[in-house]
Amino acid sequence: MLKYTSKIRETARRLLTEHRVDAVIGFRKGTVPMICQPVLITTPQEVDTLYWDSFCGVNLANYLPKRQGPIAIVAKGCDARNIVVHMSENQIKRDQLFIIGIPCKAMGDRRKITRALNGQEVLEVTEDADTIVAKGEGFEMPFNKADVLQDNCAICIHRNPVIYDKLIGEPVPEQDGIDRYADVQKLEAMGADERWNYFQDLVAPCIRCYACRDVCPLCYCPTCFVDESRPQWLGKSIDPTDTMTFHLLRAFHCAGRCTDCGACEQACPMGIRVRRFTRKLEKDVLELYAYEAGMTMEARPPLDVYRPDDSGDFI
Amino acid sequence: MNEVKIQKERFANFLNSLTDSYRLYGPVRQADMVNFVPIRDTTEIDLSFQNTRLSSKSLFLPQSERMFEYSLDPARDDAHILKEVPRDYSPRAVIGVRPCDAKAFKLLDVNFDTQEYRDPWWVRARQSTTLVGLGCTTPCSTCFCTSVGGGPFDEEGLDVLLVDTGEAFLAKVLTEKGENLFDAAKTIEPADEELVQKALAIEQEAASKIVSRVDTSRLGELDTLALYEADFWEEVHFACINCGVCTYVCPTCWCFDIQDETHGRAGDRIRNWDSCMFPLFTLHASGHNPREEKLQRVRQRFMHKLKYYVDKYKNGVACVGCGRCVQYCPVNIDIRQVCRLMNAIAPPDRRPMHACNIAWVRSPS
Ligand code: SF4
Ligand code: SF4
Ligand code: SF4
Ligand code: SF4
Repeated sequence: MLKYTSKIRETARRLLTEHRVDAVIGFRKGTVPMICQPVLITTPQEVDTLYWDSFCGVNLANYLPKRQGPIAIVAKGCDARNIVVHMSENQIKRDQLFIIGIPCKAMGDRRKITRALNGQEVLEVTEDADTIVAKGEGFEMPFNKADVLQDNCAICIHRNPVIYDKLIGEPVPEQDGIDRYADVQKLEAMGADERWNYFQDLVAPCIRCYACRDVCPLCYCPTCFVDESRPQWLGKSIDPTDTMTFHLLRAFHCAGRCTDCGACEQACPMGIRVRRFTRKLEKDVLELYAYEAGMTMEARPPLDVYRPDDSGDFI
Repeated sequence: MNEVKIQKERFANFLNSLTDSYRLYGPVRQADMVNFVPIRDTTEIDLSFQNTRLSSKSLFLPQSERMFEYSLDPARDDAHILKEVPRDYSPRAVIGVRPCDAKAFKLLDVNFDTQEYRDPWWVRARQSTTLVGLGCTTPCSTCFCTSVGGGPFDEEGLDVLLVDTGEAFLAKVLTEKGENLFDAAKTIEPADEELVQKALAIEQEAASKIVSRVDTSRLGELDTLALYEADFWEEVHFACINCGVCTYVCPTCWCFDIQDETHGRAGDRIRNWDSCMFPLFTLHASGHNPREEKLQRVRQRFMHKLKYYVDKYKNGVACVGCGRCVQYCPVNIDIRQVCRLMNAIAPPDRRPMHACNIAWVRSPS
């Protein structure tokens, strides 16, 4: 991780010094353990604030849409795929970007760590290749990193960026033999009522803060449907129908675009597993159209093209 | 002041003895978090939390509150007449409120209960509620209550304060409402001197555990415009995604939006939490939005809490240092850092004058 940090700084310093870019989007160390903050730096003097560790789970592609001028961005596997999605949706141009690719070693989940510690507060975290050590008042607990990964990282099969201008380390081996859809299959096996109740319970604690939407690179609409007032599609209260409508529509808007980066789930202050919605759509798009979001600029996203032989008798 | 001893093993009995006279609310564990809910079974109450995920403000300012109901049915005599939704304002006791949240209620009073306006829903909920606080023996690393006029055993706004001394609680009865609560509980054991001393030692130790400090001393004297135009907003706002987390978890954020919801011919007028971080918050009917940019919205949140409020009420900052926004902001925007930046700007007389700024301020808007 330290190696990545110094490589990121080195690259950023060179790009800014040589005026190849106006700014670099990366992470800096957070003010509390187990979270890093997205940062934009514009001068070589600031490059030492750039930082990397296993808690850079926020998807930086979220900061790109409609940005002007040449810009560098630090990108994990999923971030890079969301950059491709942005380019195919005309949110940013390839020639504006210098992508600092991170061969991603998967992100840790601060909630899993806190849960394993029975809520004891973590005051400091250190890590090496396979271990994360959480320290607090009167305890020091080593975790096997593989046990405390973000759920999406544990099943990720595209850790290396699909697109980059500089890769800051050797590519990491991709995981194979991963059963990516065990969770979705469980949902599919449920009857309609059971499934409906499952999702009702899932979103019951939702406070409609919209962090899951706002942290998502896909959600760049100038006015989200939930914020439309003429007509108003959605009530403002925490009525369960409105809450469910938000979640279902948000998920459908992500179909064929979601990279399963997990940022939404990490952002939720109420710990709601919002990926439960998007995962099913991801699986359907893969099965119906043999398409994975953000892998290439060559293929248009399935929801953006019509083919007479599209699968599905619903057309 | 009256001090009472409640043995831990008798605590459930104590709570049960209140249920004839009070509706009980308290902290209950829900998966990974603890939040305030109505209590059906007093054994559900969990006082082992550091702080609740959501603040207890929803007890007085629910996220969605039906204020009025109406009918649009022309056949009815009361068609188109707003009628207040009946609510239960019988005595209520809230157990386990942290001192920061209790201080926040006092702070919200300056908005909802003033000489000019008395919000009836707020006022009646406040009047009918007895607050039994719980001092913080193990504060979080993000707590900075001692920097903003509070403390882990601060009594402001509480009717009773519980000090956890291990085997027993020392209950400090602070107000008449608190006395009434113990009258209802009937069996009372006065605290002995040993317990009082033990509680004092615990309080002192807890205060020393709050290591997070923020200097707010200059905020009042600093020039508003200088703060408004400070360069650091550019840096502060970048990561923000303008979600509602910081304002929704905050005990002092009081903004709301009133909406009518009609279903067929019946409808409700509902008051809902709102957030200055949402672009919709300031969108005018004309389509104009005075806070169109993210930077403006981020600045508003901090300026309101740390400058406008300070100037208007001369009552400190509009933050009680609970640290929730620090813990739950998805991108680690930390009010302590922002406060440090604000408090440290150069005094106005050392700043160069910008002709364009002055023109901007004077131009009619
Ligand atoms: S929906 Fe969630 S997982 Fe999918 S791209 Fe958006 S933030 Fe990432
Ligand atoms: S982040 Fe969580 S609480 Fe907020 S709207 Fe999304 S699911 Fe609901
Ligand atoms: S400061 Fe953090 S919690 Fe508040 S709106 Fe911005 S991103 Fe959301
Ligand atoms: S601004 Fe943050 S720290 Fe201050 S009272 Fe609100 S949530 Fe707590």
